Amino acid sequence: MNLDFDFAAEQPKLLQLLLGVVAFCAVVALLLLLLDRVPMRRRPWPVVTILLAPALLLLTIGLIVPAVRTTLLSFMSGDGASWVGLDNYIWMFTQPEAVTVLRNTLIWVALVPVVVTAVGLLYAVLVDRSRFESLAKSLVFLPMAISFVGAGIIWKFVYAYRPEESDQIGLLNQIVVAFGGTPQQWLLEPPLNTLFLIVVMVWIQAGFATVVLSAAIKGIPAEIVEAARLDGASPVQMFFRVTLPSIRSAVLVVLVTQSIGTLKLFDIVRTMTGGQFDTSVIANEMYNQAFRYGETGKGAALAVFLFVLVTPIVVYQIRQQREAAR
Amino acid sequence: MSLLSRPARLALVAGTAGLALVATGCGSSEPTPSADGGASASAECAPYEQYGKHDGKKVSVYSPIRDTEADLFQQTWAQFEKCTGMKINYEGTGEFEAQIQVRADGGNPPDLAFFPQPGLLERFAKAGKLKAAPDKVKQLAEQNWTPDWLKYSTVDGTFYGAPLGASVKSFVWYSPKMFAEKGWKVPQTWDELMTLSETIAGSGIKPWCAGIESGDATGWPATDWIEDILLRELGPEGYDDWVAHKIPFNDPKVLAAVDKVGAILKNDKFVNGGYGPVKSIASTAFQEGGVPITEGKCALHRQASFYANFWPEGTTVAEDGDVFAFYLPGNDPAKKPVLGAGEFVAAFADRPEVQAFQAYLATGDFANARMKLATYVSANKGVDINNAQNPIDKLSIQMLQDPNTVFRFDGSDLMPAAVGAGTFWKGMTDWINGKDTKAVLDFIESSWPKS
Repeated sequence: MNLDFDFAAEQPKLLQLLLGVVAFCAVVALLLLLLDRVPMRRRPWPVVTILLAPALLLLTIGLIVPAVRTTLLSFMSGDGASWVGLDNYIWMFTQPEAVTVLRNTLIWVALVPVVVTAVGLLYAVLVDRSRFESLAKSLVFLPMAISFVGAGIIWKFVYAYRPEESDQIGLLNQIVVAFGGTPQQWLLEPPLNTLFLIVVMVWIQAGFATVVLSAAIKGIPAEIVEAARLDGASPVQMFFRVTLPSIRSAVLVVLVTQSIGTLKLFDIVRTMTGGQFDTSVIANEMYNQAFRYGETGKGAALAVFLFVLVTPIVVYQIRQQREAAR
Repeated sequence: MSLLSRPARLALVAGTAGLALVATGCGSSEPTPSADGGASASAECAPYEQYGKHDGKKVSVYSPIRDTEADLFQQTWAQFEKCTGMKINYEGTGEFEAQIQVRADGGNPPDLAFFPQPGLLERFAKAGKLKAAPDKVKQLAEQNWTPDWLKYSTVDGTFYGAPLGASVKSFVWYSPKMFAEKGWKVPQTWDELMTLSETIAGSGIKPWCAGIESGDATGWPATDWIEDILLRELGPEGYDDWVAHKIPFNDPKVLAAVDKVGAILKNDKFVNGGYGPVKSIASTAFQEGGVPITEGKCALHRQASFYANFWPEGTTVAEDGDVFAFYLPGNDPAKKPVLGAGEFVAAFADRPEVQAFQAYLATGDFANARMKLATYVSANKGVDINNAQNPIDKLSIQMLQDPNTVFRFDGSDLMPAAVGAGTFWKGMTDWINGKDTKAVLDFIESSWPKS
């Protein structure tokens, strides 16, 4: 393989890049020039308009127009040629296959945030102020450095199956065999296989929860802890009456971010089962319908539904942030 | 949410990969200017004179063929590039079906694309994205391929592109050595095949092995099985009707054919040699499906001619070697319909250099040059059978070139993608995983796009 980078051959692209940079500078210069000309004191709105215009323009092109178009597409047939009313949505909630997808997403979003937060919280409390705290936290944080696809491939090997008579190459089956069991096809049996996929997500995300919650625990004022101790609180009471209420906002942040991340989960499922064996989730099915099967309408309907599911969580998070800011 | 947000990480990976692609793409096939001229160079270039001079012009090709096979393609047309002065920018992808749509919709289509699915080609043709094949290509294609092949790239009377490579799917791989040792005979009819399976099962090994895991295309080898049997049970015309959805997917005749396959693939006595029970078919990679034959743990593996590339190193593919293949027999030994597949070269642009390259790809010269390098099968009649690299290629080409052969294209590649690349694959995977035939066929039938 030849890895030489030939600048001469790439000249048109580099030129384009340069043009882009120049154009960006020109736009900024123009904006500053305009701002300079506008009388600032009397009325603020011209300044506001000028400053917001580029961001609004980009948001419109990059977010609002596609969102509206996707919504329109979701009421159209697969090739986007005719209107079909609510057919795509009816399909989504009635076809057994599509319902399985919704059910799986529900399982994911119900389990992942809770388990991740619980594991992270437990871990953070247990290692807090212990001798190997930093080492322990680094270890649990390590999987965060692996991409979802990479983690999916690793865990595919963990779950790998070989027949009873030959050597196991999967860790889980080797353990099962070592205890005298028969090797299982972990990823083939619904609905358990979804749980095995969830384990992967928890493995990746637990580190994030641990680090955030551990920092929050360290932020609890020492006086409160000391007062509780003097009052004779047991460790369990300490945890539920002091620690947990004090880090409530951090727990919520973890729950909310995990919920959103789980709703749009795609990579793990696609890498490990490709959505086969009743493991598909909304994002995976949306990609399949829209891009592989050419059923743009159904894909768009799934996308819209995903958007509807994420919205309340986002709204809640924004409210929380506002309250925190106050 | 991670510290480095996921889109950012993805962008980083994509950026690096893109850079690597760009870097390799531009370094590999730089046409050396033929400044040296001379008699030898002009003699080398004589066959390419008819394509004209296109100095400095570029043709982009987008294709699902990657890695070694892609390198071999580029090697094959290097001389063409050198003599015509054009540069072929070849890009292979593992996500062809999705990405070609994105590129075409995004206004950034390649000049040429190698479509492995006539059904997909038809979708693009109907959307008006493809250019009709130029007369030269049409003429070459009519001269080099049978009408059976040409109809697959003809949409509403317009011919869109010549076929390229081909593969024959109706093969059962076996070990001639094992057969000779045990005194087994290559079966000539379906009944003989089933008897042989019983005999082998009686000898202590499971006769069949299979694997249908193939990433998000998991299930396709099972659909090939079904198609092969349907082609034999319904006859070529009946098969065409089934592909065109004139016979519903859950028709009793289709059900009977699927159950006929099930008598092998869903029979714990017959499968899955070397891998375990029936369900292990769903999790075994198709590339590894037949490997137990070389270990003596399995005797039969139904897979296309290209499986010749997947045998472990050191396995000889020959009629008296470690592995070979026989024709999957039907009920009547006199009728031998062949199920196969291949790619079609369709154009999104009609610039002269694009058409010149398209014409070159349709010639026997190209197919022969490619075959001389390594294993390759084309249904091109201009192919010299002596260039075949191994006996299975030779057998395949003989079958394809035989004017009496009834050829039918892989049905799942002809159906709407929602079925052919979606529910049919998925349905067969569920079927292997335990779902009953009727439920699977009803599910596939209900997913057929209405319009």
